[in-house]
Amino acid sequence: MTQGKGNNLDPWFSHYAERTAGLSASEVRALFAVASRPEVVSLAGGMPFVSALPQELIATAVERTVRDHGPAALQYGSGQGTPRLREQILDVMALEGIHASVDDVVVTTGSQHALELIAKLFLDPGDVVIAEGPSYVTALTVFRSFQAEVVHTQMDAEGLVPQALRETIARVRSEGRRIKLLYTVPSFQNPMGVTLSWERRMEVLEIARENDILVLEDNPYGLLYFDQPPPQAMRSVDEAGVIYLGTFSKTLAPGLRVGWAVAPHAIREKLVLANEAAILSPSSFTQTVISEYLSTADWRGQIDIFRGVYRERRDAMLSALAEHLPGMSWTVPTGGFYVWLTLPPHLDAKAMLPRAVKELVAYTPGTAFYADGGGRSAIRLSFCYPTPDFIREGIRRLATVINGELTLLSEFAQTGPLDLPKPSAPPLPDSASLPRSAPLPRSEQLSHPAGEGVLPPNVG
Amino acid sequence: MTSAPRLTRVVVLAGGISHERDVSLRSGRRVADSLLEHGLEVELRDPDASLLGYLRENRPDVVWPALHGASGEDGALRGLLEFLGIPFVGSRSESARLAWDKPTAKALVARAGASTPRSITLPRDAFRELGADAVFDAIHDELPLPLVVKPAQGGSAQGVTIVEDAAGLPRAMVDAYTYNDVAIIEQRITGTEIAVGIIDTGEGPVALPAVEIEPLSGVYSFEARYNAGETRFYTPARVSDEVASRAAETALTAHRALGLRHISRVDLIVDGAGTPWFLEANVLPGLTETSLVPQALEAAGHDLGWVYSKLAEAAIKDVG
Repeated sequence: MTQGKGNNLDPWFSHYAERTAGLSASEVRALFAVASRPEVVSLAGGMPFVSALPQELIATAVERTVRDHGPAALQYGSGQGTPRLREQILDVMALEGIHASVDDVVVTTGSQHALELIAKLFLDPGDVVIAEGPSYVTALTVFRSFQAEVVHTQMDAEGLVPQALRETIARVRSEGRRIKLLYTVPSFQNPMGVTLSWERRMEVLEIARENDILVLEDNPYGLLYFDQPPPQAMRSVDEAGVIYLGTFSKTLAPGLRVGWAVAPHAIREKLVLANEAAILSPSSFTQTVISEYLSTADWRGQIDIFRGVYRERRDAMLSALAEHLPGMSWTVPTGGFYVWLTLPPHLDAKAMLPRAVKELVAYTPGTAFYADGGGRSAIRLSFCYPTPDFIREGIRRLATVINGELTLLSEFAQTGPLDLPKPSAPPLPDSASLPRSAPLPRSEQLSHPAGEGVLPPNVG
Repeated sequence: MTSAPRLTRVVVLAGGISHERDVSLRSGRRVADSLLEHGLEVELRDPDASLLGYLRENRPDVVWPALHGASGEDGALRGLLEFLGIPFVGSRSESARLAWDKPTAKALVARAGASTPRSITLPRDAFRELGADAVFDAIHDELPLPLVVKPAQGGSAQGVTIVEDAAGLPRAMVDAYTYNDVAIIEQRITGTEIAVGIIDTGEGPVALPAVEIEPLSGVYSFEARYNAGETRFYTPARVSDEVASRAAETALTAHRALGLRHISRVDLIVDGAGTPWFLEANVLPGLTETSLVPQALEAAGHDLGWVYSKLAEAAIKDVG
């Protein structure tokens, strides 16, 4: 017998911390590599269309930064962020009804970094974070990396369902688990595109207060509304129970990597210390560039330009969905970047993705936005980056893929094998029974039991 | 042994539109780096609409297609390179087409005397015409569980399902037909999963030491393939010398039966009695840092750059 010692190609594999268990290359991630090819219409990523930002505005801001603030902009700075930018952030937040002190603001390397710091401050292994179902994928990754468990709570066309939230909290509590945070993207939510109504914002805050749960309000899209502004931020009426996250990634440019958190005083103190421990200080240079931009450019007008760009793309996507996928249901966002498409229940969006890539269209499967395997028959479609023509073509290709899958399923259903829709239940809902731009699937369709969405075991 | 070849220029093709794009880019970069270290002039290109014009105007001495998935392995790109008279590393288009089609490859390899699991190949139309229930009944009568259902063409285990009970077969067929209108239903052989790399630098095909694959999760999934640490590899495989020799012979039989050239990887399962069963052959095995053929080359004491440059030389000689 020839005995080999064996090799796992990583001699340090046993040294990794337990919290890194979820950090691995995935098939879906690999598929996204294809989306960078020009032939592929990518409806997958949430990249802002920065080409709508006149580059000379940034050039001017950079030039002024170097000319007028060079030594300071190239130096370490405060762990809380530059006082000048924090003052300007107050002006930005005032547009959404937030009135805070400059001392309450902590500048971070994108709001993603703020998420990481807050998770580090609050989450112990086994703690529970309640999040919308579905929820922002990289927030889920952060929470899980601190070994917290994400428990989803139901949404409908108006966002989080308060009664469902009460029930979720009660259930988690009855299981003896500790809830630390309620994570929510209340305006133009990622990935569903829906917005939490004002009445519900008040109710959710009340529920959080009653249950001693800190609300983490993530608001990257609030200023990118298409017609009417969304309700004011939750932080505008609750200074003590809300940590608010903002960012310049969507209203200016994500490459600058500047976001911020607004937190109650004691939390803010710890956030600054955590920020210093992680990065010493946020980039002085990019903070100064943004300060110069905000002080010299018509930044409110630029946000209007972004709104116009995204509104046109949203319209292109909705009309293409109505044309090519009548009878299916999708959300109708009034701002932001995303439409959430619900497929017939027997379709598996993750399994279908390689086929879609073959047809030169990419999307993000719904399972990415659930920590519990839900979202199997749903897709997030991003309209922020491709042009309207590309969006229309992408939806046409997507419809070809979906209809091909439905035809295949119906063929097998006719002869009665298991676990597939029967011919008496047509694979597509009757288009007459659903509005063409259906507001949102019924709320019960949005509740996904754990365990769904797991791919069959593959071998090779 | 490591004297620099007299090549002037190699174009390594990597990327493409396949779902294995990322893997291909990693394979391509590794090949390119190895060739660069051996003093070759190397250019890495993502094949796109400009590629053919570029190759015609800037003819390289040799092309190294490190493209996984359809365009790289189904013979299409290779056929175009043959058409243009540009030397390339790896199997010719005709052989690539034979290997790419799993039922064809199984038939040819079986005809050459190797064992391959019993299977049936069914186009989607067969279920329509003959009735799915009748077809399923026939399958279950003839092929004992567990089964492996896979698309007739394709790689990276896409659309492949292990069927442990009869109820799972319809879903597995749907998953396979999602990728291809023909599917193969194969009896699953349980045993030791091994891969045998074959290298031919011009002096005849040589089998590299077999690599045994032991995924920690029990399934050699995408994650197990491409995340270091999630699979344990044994090179050489933990089989007797006699079985290792049999596996090498089976792999060489497959390589020859399909007419493969320069480099291939043959996937086998060794059952409890020590019989190697042919599963499939790959004309462009993965060449990333976690891939099997590079591991086997290193285990055999070969320098990757030297082998890759010798393969490039062999490709030029094959045309010349």
